[in-house]
Amino acid sequence: MTAVTSPPPETPARIARGVAGSGPRRRRRVHPGDWLLPLLAVLAFVYLFVPIAYTIAFSFNDAPRANRVWQGFTLDNWREPCAAQGVCEAVATSLQVGLLATLVATVLGTALAIALVRYRFRFRATTNLLIFVPMATPEVVLGASLLTQFLNLGVPLGFQTVVIAHIVFCLSFVVVTVKARVATLDPALEQAAADLYAGPFQAFLRVTFPLLLPGIMAAALLSFALSFDDFIITNFNSGNVDTFPKWVYVAAVRGLPAEANVIGSAMFVIALLLVAIGRLASLRRRAG
Amino acid sequence: MAVAATGHVSGPGDPAAGGPPPPAERPGRAPYGLLAPGLLWLVAFFVAPIAVLFVTSLMVPVPGGDIGQFQPALDVGNYAQAITEYWQVFLRSFWYGLLATVFALLVGYPLAYVIAVRARGRPTLQQFMLVLVIAPFFTSFIVRTLAWRQILADEGPVVAALQAVYILPADGRLTATSIAVVAGLTYNFLPFMILPIYAALGRLDLRLVEAGQDLYANPFTTFLRVTWPLSLPGVVAGTLLTFIPASADYVNATLLGNPGTRMIGNVIDAQFFNVVDYPLASAISFVLMAAIVVLVAVYVRRAGTEELV
Repeated sequence: MTAVTSPPPETPARIARGVAGSGPRRRRRVHPGDWLLPLLAVLAFVYLFVPIAYTIAFSFNDAPRANRVWQGFTLDNWREPCAAQGVCEAVATSLQVGLLATLVATVLGTALAIALVRYRFRFRATTNLLIFVPMATPEVVLGASLLTQFLNLGVPLGFQTVVIAHIVFCLSFVVVTVKARVATLDPALEQAAADLYAGPFQAFLRVTFPLLLPGIMAAALLSFALSFDDFIITNFNSGNVDTFPKWVYVAAVRGLPAEANVIGSAMFVIALLLVAIGRLASLRRRAG
Repeated sequence: MAVAATGHVSGPGDPAAGGPPPPAERPGRAPYGLLAPGLLWLVAFFVAPIAVLFVTSLMVPVPGGDIGQFQPALDVGNYAQAITEYWQVFLRSFWYGLLATVFALLVGYPLAYVIAVRARGRPTLQQFMLVLVIAPFFTSFIVRTLAWRQILADEGPVVAALQAVYILPADGRLTATSIAVVAGLTYNFLPFMILPIYAALGRLDLRLVEAGQDLYANPFTTFLRVTWPLSLPGVVAGTLLTFIPASADYVNATLLGNPGTRMIGNVIDAQFFNVVDYPLASAISFVLMAAIVVLVAVYVRRAGTEELV
């Protein structure tokens, strides 16, 4: 790989300037990149947020059934987000699946990540491949293959099969995310803990784990987001159980009720708030 | 997934770095306790299902049996049918996937560059923009795709505006067209493009760019000869993370397209749930997976990065 990890040698031009060491910084010519790039970035953000703005706006639309044309402002949809049949059960299922899948995937994935970075063993390359391939497998294939297995084994489709399926695709993402964090850790820290008579378990709990925590949290968040948003794999393996995306997909056939907009908007706002709180907390911790 | 891109995870304690080898790294014996749970899960619920899928793809219907009853066989007829009957759908899926990938790269690269390079040194702004890239995930992607359907609808603002400036004929439309499907695919997988490129550009040493300028390269040449090659691992990861799910997606084709924009995911879904022809559906899935593996292998060779794993 071409990534540069160490500072490059000084270029002759820089050295020359350094020797000269006089005068203000060379004035840069203003070229199109200076204003064009921020403009493109803003346009990309607009593209990302147009449908979200639409979703939020139409959560206040006074048209509970076929939420297509603007009929007037109302707060009714927000007052009773569970008015549409099955929507809140579906959200509850999604949250449960997301939490369970995230918990299992994070524990299994963190263990795999530590093993892969810290140990050299014979089938390490195979293990890496086994973790990479599920990420490169299309969701339809992942969903279809699990479905055929569950059908063959006679496992009834439902909540459990959805959780099992979600853990599979969350696991790989957790491993990759945590691996990057483990690689930044200095093994000498654990050695220091051992020198201070900490057992391996204590060293892990008091030294390694706190240092890994940011990576683990990021992995867990990613895992939850992937699980909560998944439709295709869920649709193959859920039987009669509805998750929120599946409920929306089915309900949209008859015209999407405004409750879907309310839930979508609320999830968006809650996620942003959680991130903001986390950011504030870390800023305060650093300041204190 | 940002980190999937970086891929660059070397073990600690490079022998070249000198000094004693790091004590925590024990060569030889595998850490079975750490590996076993995760690997068992992957073998039981990824490797085994793929094997079952393959066995299923060779099955034939039980003679005189009900719909959905099949018996083991070694029949490659399903593969022949998958290819002869659906080769156009395969080509269309990969074409849409390719278009979505190119558009996502065109939209995503400048944004990733601004976040990683222009906002460098302003961590709060950088964090804020990163959160904005990930935030759409939390509004369900089905909800967002349905929002696009309304925005692009015949009575919606975009069609009216395009008709007003005669880009779109008076009876023209956007929903139920291939344009809407590709736009939806581009939209849905854009964050998967942005994050790996951001990760790669985040490691870009600006002194190299400066060196290019000092050597009197113009900004375009500097970008082409310095920035772009250094961001290539991120670009490769981002294009893969966009192309693979985009070409196998069926939600956008269902919600934003018409029967003529059907993608291979639609066919697999229908064969499983409507036609209940599991062997044919399995064969199509397998052809899809094989095609993607071949395309990805060729592409990664070409791009010259093999550090994704």
